[in-house]
Amino acid sequence: MSEVAAYRAKEGGSMRSYTVGFIISIGLTIAAYLLVTQKVLSGWGLVYAIIGLAVVQLFAQLFFFLHLGRGPNRKWNFVTLILMLIIVFIVVAGSLWIMHNLNYHMTPQQMNQYMRQQDGGI
Amino acid sequence: MEESAVVRPPSLKEERQEADSKTIFGFWVYIMTDCVLFASLFATYAVLHNNTVGGPGGKELFSLHYALTETLLLLTSSFTCGLAILAARARDKDKVLFWLGVTFLMGFGFLGLELHEFHSLAVSGNSWRRNGFLSAFFTLVGTHGLHITSGLIWMGTMMIRVAGSGLGRINVRRLTLLSLFWHFLDIVWIFIFTIVYLMGGAGV
Repeated sequence: MSEVAAYRAKEGGSMRSYTVGFIISIGLTIAAYLLVTQKVLSGWGLVYAIIGLAVVQLFAQLFFFLHLGRGPNRKWNFVTLILMLIIVFIVVAGSLWIMHNLNYHMTPQQMNQYMRQQDGGI
Repeated sequence: MEESAVVRPPSLKEERQEADSKTIFGFWVYIMTDCVLFASLFATYAVLHNNTVGGPGGKELFSLHYALTETLLLLTSSFTCGLAILAARARDKDKVLFWLGVTFLMGFGFLGLELHEFHSLAVSGNSWRRNGFLSAFFTLVGTHGLHITSGLIWMGTMMIRVAGSGLGRINVRRLTLLSLFWHFLDIVWIFIFTIVYLMGGAGV
C-alpha cells in the first residue's frame, strides 16, 4: 500500500486536523455574523454570501471533523453523501419552486375565495 | 488450469475490523437519511417564513447575539467531542471521561439556551400556534433540539459505560458512532443559524 493510501485508510483525524477544522469553523461563523450585524451587504448579495460561508463550513467540517475521504468505507460514504445531496436538492428546490409558482399564479382574491370555500366545506 | 491462488481465511481481528467498519457505514447511512428529514423541514420553513399573518417576523423575534452564543457553544462541543475520540484511540480513559464531560456540559448549556428562547417566545404570545412562520420555526429548531437531547442521553450512558467497563473495542466503536452523530448535529445547526437566525435577523 502506498503512503497516501495508508494515510487515507487510517480512520479518524489527528489533533491537528480537529484544531484546524475548529479554527476555520469559528472564523466562518463570525464572518457570517459580522456580515449581517455590520450591514456590509444587503438583499440577495447577503443571502448568497452567508449561504456560501455556511456551505464552505459544511465541507470544512465534513473533511476535518467527519474525516470524509478517510477510512475503509470512503467510497460508499461518498456515494451515499452524493445521493443525499441530490434528494435534498430535489426536495428543497422543488418545494420552493412549486410554492413560488402557486403564489405567483394566485391573486389575493382567488386566495380569499379559496379559503372561504374550504372553511364552508368543513 | 488448476487453481493456484490459496485464499487465506481472514483472522479474527480482520473479521472484527470488517464488522466495525460495516457498523460505522450503517450509521453513516442513517445520518444521510436524517439529513433528508432536516431538508424537508428546511423546505417547509423556507416556504412559510413570510406567513406571519400580521405577527412579528424573525427580525423582531430573534436575537443574533444569543444565537451566536448558542452556535459557538455547540461548535466548541463538537471540537471537544473530537478530542474525546482521539483520547479513546489512545486508550486514555481519564481523558475520554474528561472531554466527554466537557462536551456534555456544553451540549446541556446549548439545550438550556434553546429551551429558554422557546419559553420566552411562548410566554410573549409567539408560540407555534400563532402563525405558519412560528409553526415551521418551532418544528425545525425543536427537531434539532430533540436530536441534541437524545445525543446527550447517549453521551451520559457512554460515560457510565466507559467509567464502568473501560475502553474495549465495542465501547470505542460506540464512541465513534456518537462522535459522528454529534458532528452531524453541529453541521445541521450551521444551517439553522444561517437560514433561520442570520437571514431572519437581517430581514432577507
